[in-house]
Amino acid sequence: MAEQGKIDPMHQFEVQTVWEGFSIAGQQIAVTNSAVWMVATLVALWAFMLGGMKQQVVPGRWQMMVEGFTGFIDNLLKANIGAEGRKYLPYVFSLFMFILFANLIGLLPLGLVGLHPFTVTSHFTVTGVLAILSFGIVLIVGFWKHGFHFFSLFVPHGTPMLLLPLIFVIELVSFMVRPFSLALRLFVAMTAGHILLKVLASFVVAGGQAGIGTGLLVGIPSFALMIGVSALELLVAGIQAYVFALLTSLYINDAEHLH
Amino acid sequence: MDAEAAKLLGAGLAAIGAGLAALGVGNVFAKFLEGALRNPGAADGQQGRLFIGFAAAELLGLLAFVVAVLLIFVA
Repeated sequence: MAEQGKIDPMHQFEVQTVWEGFSIAGQQIAVTNSAVWMVATLVALWAFMLGGMKQQVVPGRWQMMVEGFTGFIDNLLKANIGAEGRKYLPYVFSLFMFILFANLIGLLPLGLVGLHPFTVTSHFTVTGVLAILSFGIVLIVGFWKHGFHFFSLFVPHGTPMLLLPLIFVIELVSFMVRPFSLALRLFVAMTAGHILLKVLASFVVAGGQAGIGTGLLVGIPSFALMIGVSALELLVAGIQAYVFALLTSLYINDAEHLH
Repeated sequence: MDAEAAKLLGAGLAAIGAGLAALGVGNVFAKFLEGALRNPGAADGQQGRLFIGFAAAELLGLLAFVVAVLLIFVA
């Protein structure tokens, strides 16, 4: 960062300590910018939900918005799991809304007033924990409901005896990579978009530093592209939250109904 | 070849994978639209499957990106 005109696109992902905190058994427990933005996401989510949970008979605009989201996830679960899906509504809804809010808050242009947003979902540790939660629920539900019969998930109906060992291994691997693919998708989609925005922004800054002619030639197309990419990022923020909820519900469906 | 140069070349080659995933994602949505225009009544019920296909195709492009990042920053 000290070099002039050189902008590090990875700097935005650095976890910085905001408050030193305390230490337990030599392990420092500090408040980082990641934790601060996670709390900000939660507060925004709480404010959004509390504003819309008035349960008026004739809903206002805010209540319609909240009910739209809950109805959306309810339909998703009904379509993918069926009637048993209802009991997973609180989990899948919290998951979807947390990811959506974290993605969107990370995109807020608060850097203009000196407050740099940190996208918590751009870290594999955060998305990994969310994925492990989903995977853990699948395992617990599967073994609770079906016992060791749950392993029949790895052997589809009508598999020829000859192919059984091969199919078993393939199904097992595809089952075991689920938490990784779930976490990796969200983390990489967020990281890639934010790096792209910062790289384009550095073109604008470096072009402007090189002179007025280069600034206009390079800066204006880059800035136009940034606006387009920002719009795309808003779409990606929504799609990734939706895909995470959708895949979670599909995996839960596997655990509920086997094949 | 210098190891550093090989890393950067590998990262650049990984970008091919990202481009191919773009073809895949485009194909998913194109085929969906093609089918949806033939039978608009059935389109809304298949949106979940559309996004499953999208997620699967997109993941492979993101993996190419991860490979590039690992080569540049970790390896």
